Amino acid sequence: MAAKTLTIDGKQISAEEGATVLQAATEAGIVIPTLCHLEGVYDVGACRLCIVEVTGTPKLLPACTTKVAEGMEIKTDSERLRKYRRMILELLFAERNHVCAVCVSNGHCELQTLAYSQGLDHVRYEYTFPKWKVDTTHNLFGMDHNRCVLCSRCVRVCWHIEGAGTKNVSGRGGKSQIITDLNQPWGEAESCTSCGKCVQSCPTGALFHKGSTVGEMERDRGKLEFIVTAREKKQWIATD
Amino acid sequence: MKIRLATVWLGGCAGCHMSFLDLDEFLIDLADAVDLVYSPVVDVKEFPENVDLCLIEGAVCNVDNLEILHKVRARSKVLVAFGDCAVTGNVPAMRNQFGIDNADNVLQRAYIENAQFNPVKPRQDGIVPALLERVLPVHEVVYVEHFLPGCPPPAARIKALVAQLLAGTEPKLEGTNLKFG
Repeated sequence: MAAKTLTIDGKQISAEEGATVLQAATEAGIVIPTLCHLEGVYDVGACRLCIVEVTGTPKLLPACTTKVAEGMEIKTDSERLRKYRRMILELLFAERNHVCAVCVSNGHCELQTLAYSQGLDHVRYEYTFPKWKVDTTHNLFGMDHNRCVLCSRCVRVCWHIEGAGTKNVSGRGGKSQIITDLNQPWGEAESCTSCGKCVQSCPTGALFHKGSTVGEMERDRGKLEFIVTAREKKQWIATD
Repeated sequence: MKIRLATVWLGGCAGCHMSFLDLDEFLIDLADAVDLVYSPVVDVKEFPENVDLCLIEGAVCNVDNLEILHKVRARSKVLVAFGDCAVTGNVPAMRNQFGIDNADNVLQRAYIENAQFNPVKPRQDGIVPALLERVLPVHEVVYVEHFLPGCPPPAARIKALVAQLLAGTEPKLEGTNLKFG
């Protein structure tokens, strides 16, 4: 495959044609903050945290869904990008009830980690305090919509790794939500194989193993990568 | 001249103040640098004038919280939202999820439905402060200069901020020192 030469943060790099800016940057050791991106499943550009500046384009583009092109000049860090990334995080916190202190994922949460690494010390927007339910009808897992950021990782692993298609997104805008089957209680969703891949994929405390309490939900993303590598490359490589 | 320090306890569990007491030997350095002019740990009834620095624990939950907070702002130079309740509303603000009647609903649940004896909602004007319709983080009510998140903020984090403030530098917390929860 043809190689493309581009510049990221002043660094000359070459990447395979068809690679995303995020892949090219990661390979070059340049870290771009991400939230909806998950190794092993395709990207959808849902969270916009990986936005970058591309010379010649007034819009900010998501690195995870933008393909590399010859001669591209990319900036992954600037005052403008930092401003928007912080704004996105603040809006996520304001949109649902992320009460870190009493969350199963406290200390292991990607939203929480992103917030402090992006310098978020408080949320400038008014919190909306919506009323969302917690679905505990499944015998093994629970879904707390209060903590969902609608990254759709669970939907993608359910459809494209497990192939069950139980999880979906319904609604629009702030009223969007993750549903199981035809918006039935999870425990009654017949297509669910109880594989738990969605729980492994969740960046926050929205999906959890029943019985876990504050700070107890730790996830093993390696399990998902392992399955994908095994399927695509026929390599059964266990990550520690 | 010693810095006039105050600490205020609004709608919170006192955990942030407990963490403040966990400052151990730094409390001795602090005692040399500040006059603690108002705090739950000193016996002063009225919030004084000319306070240099005030740490505010807790969310704004009732009419008393609201009244003292406006007084604190008017009489202090620098305010710090001290802990997650002050910064985000945290657990006290979870009742906001129950909509416009949430204050009445939580009282109904706690004092009537779950009461074993003498079910009655506490109400005594001038003694029991009425709950606000909506619990608010401190910065939604008054201007706040600095934010010290954490539930509670660990003593080292409190020290990091207070030491910078005492040194007269523009304080900056970074990385895990900004962690919520």
